[in-house]
Amino acid sequence: MTAASPTLPTQRIWNQRAIAPWLFLAPGLFMFTVYVLWPIIQSITLSFYDWNGLYNKDGQFTGTFVGIGNYAELVSDPAFETSLWNNLKWLVLYMAALPLGLFIAIFLNQTVTGIRLYKSLFFFPFVISQVVVGLIFSWFYAPNFGLFYLLTEVITGQGTAILADPDVVTYGIIAAGLWPQIAYVMILYLTGLNNVAPDQIEAAKLDGAKGLKMLWHVVLPQLRPATFIAVIVTVIGALRSFDLVSIMTNGGPFGSSRVLSYYMFEMALGEYGFRMGYGAAIAVVLFAIMMVFISGFIWKMWRDETER
Amino acid sequence: MVRYGKGAIALSAALLMATSALAQDKRVVTWNADYDPIPLAAAEALIADFEAANPEIDVQLNNFDHEAYKNAIRNFLTADPPDLANWYAANRMRPFVEAGLFADISDVWADNGLTDALASSVLSSTIDGKQYAVPYTYYQWGIYYNRDAYKAAGVEVPGEGGVSWDQFLANCEKFKAAGIDCVTTGSSALWPVAGIFDYVSMRTNGYQFHSDLAAGKISWTSPEARAVFDNFGKLQPYVTANHAAIDWQDAAALLVQGKAANYVMGNFAVGVFKEGGMTNDNLGFMVFPEITAGIARSEEAPTDTVHLTSGAKNPEDAKKLLAFIASADAQTKWNGAVGQLPTNKNASVDAADPFLTAGFQALSTATGGIAQFWDRDADAEYAKAGMEGFQQFLVQPDQLDAILERLEQTRLRLYPQ
Repeated sequence: MTAASPTLPTQRIWNQRAIAPWLFLAPGLFMFTVYVLWPIIQSITLSFYDWNGLYNKDGQFTGTFVGIGNYAELVSDPAFETSLWNNLKWLVLYMAALPLGLFIAIFLNQTVTGIRLYKSLFFFPFVISQVVVGLIFSWFYAPNFGLFYLLTEVITGQGTAILADPDVVTYGIIAAGLWPQIAYVMILYLTGLNNVAPDQIEAAKLDGAKGLKMLWHVVLPQLRPATFIAVIVTVIGALRSFDLVSIMTNGGPFGSSRVLSYYMFEMALGEYGFRMGYGAAIAVVLFAIMMVFISGFIWKMWRDETER
Repeated sequence: MVRYGKGAIALSAALLMATSALAQDKRVVTWNADYDPIPLAAAEALIADFEAANPEIDVQLNNFDHEAYKNAIRNFLTADPPDLANWYAANRMRPFVEAGLFADISDVWADNGLTDALASSVLSSTIDGKQYAVPYTYYQWGIYYNRDAYKAAGVEVPGEGGVSWDQFLANCEKFKAAGIDCVTTGSSALWPVAGIFDYVSMRTNGYQFHSDLAAGKISWTSPEARAVFDNFGKLQPYVTANHAAIDWQDAAALLVQGKAANYVMGNFAVGVFKEGGMTNDNLGFMVFPEITAGIARSEEAPTDTVHLTSGAKNPEDAKKLLAFIASADAQTKWNGAVGQLPTNKNASVDAADPFLTAGFQALSTATGGIAQFWDRDADAEYAKAGMEGFQQFLVQPDQLDAILERLEQTRLRLYPQ
């Protein structure tokens, strides 16, 4: 059996190469399937049903199949339209966290006594829970006693209750959301600035670059990885804006500050909701919107990996 | 005996086994409830009385956090049904009745003469001609007012029978001039505006109209519905500005501080007013003024109920307890402790409490009918759409046509003609 002996080791190597990755992946894949893929499939299935969330006493599902009925209803639902527009406002305005975070990061990127303290103070809003942020801002905006209300009363003679005004309420909540988001982006840029090559800065200085030119042509290109991560977390932060809406307004007044994630919760699990199918349909739409961004990011990462 | 569940179902199941081992010789009735501390103590006393009269039965009350209960009931009715469960009357119990999770207890009603004793609650306990609930408490809605605010604005304090609609609006004009909110509310949670709307609707067109409106039988663009919004609009300029951003408790503070004069609220708010420092001397109660002359007066009184579940393990003894809960004595005692009104007409209320006495008087003479409140009379989704419309109207009265149009579309979608 002389011919067999050289093939055996290769077979073993082949086996190792084929099986080992899957073995290592197995725990993660299992979790991903059970907690991510399976719920996605269930949500999509549920979105074709009209179901109030109850099983009967024999434990049987009580929903009825309605096909694309839920989606057809979404198209003509004014509340859904409001939520969609508000989500768009969130997406666009949340991007303000990038330049503002960068500005603070550059400002804090110096060596002065006590700079660590200042840095941690600026980072503070990201450490506290979104619920607390929401509460602080709703007191800030509160009619009659809130600081913002009193300020506008002094300046204009007429107090403005942001959270009672359907035209500005969403901007008020976004402002509250930006506070911790700017801190988050700032910390990303601060770590990025640590890695900016000093020799390139020196070289640029010798060539006479300074100020905005230096920032735009020398510093920013080196911050690209940080910018990439900052864009991702900001987009995701904007799309999953649920806690602030829930804490500050419950989607009100009369639904004008709803976003998709809150509307989904309201329809599926809110006190007047329990329309599981309709909620699931909203979830699927939100998922589709997120997929656009997620696939974009994955595609970019894939490209960066393969180019190397 | 009582245990505190707060959602720890596994723990309470373990406790349940432990306690049933101790009380082996007794027949067990389990009861899931969502009581705050004061009603819980009253329920404990009620159970003690029942167990004293029926020594062979052991009632095990499993108490949940009030908010958590709303979700928990949807699980435990299927997964691990107790014998009895707390819930609400009218449309709020309909999903559970239709899913077959609440049991028909028409026999309890028939055997104990409840149709007569609980006459005012028959309609709200009945679905398709069968009774599914035992109502044991309700509370009136009406106008709570601050006598000091009336005096500060130089307005005559309303008398025993309240004021007329024209007088009320004229008073509002004076309050506005004095810088006091005539009517306050805090609608960030939506439901408080429904209280005002319900009364304007019932006073404009009567109970039957309002009931049909909540049931989706009446068009929002009909002249009758527009008449309701006309009257609602007369009140609109006098309602606290920015009410959409405050809670009902914040609005209660405005009334306590004399920054607002009147508050359309349920009797449960009296506790909050008194905690804020009001007393029987400066806190007043009156029924909502008559708007259209000659319409039989109807009132709003949300009812709390206990239900027999379909999965009950000991329905016989549970029905005994239900009959006991419906009895005049038990209701007098329970409601006396909690400060609410008994639904049994043979029960009595504490004569020393002016608000309970006035409420009992107002409800027992309400010949027009007793409404359950908008979000219990109307289906959940319809109720929510309605309340958003009412709130928007109070903020943007000029959007009336758009609001009515949208409500009408919702109606046509939910109740295809």
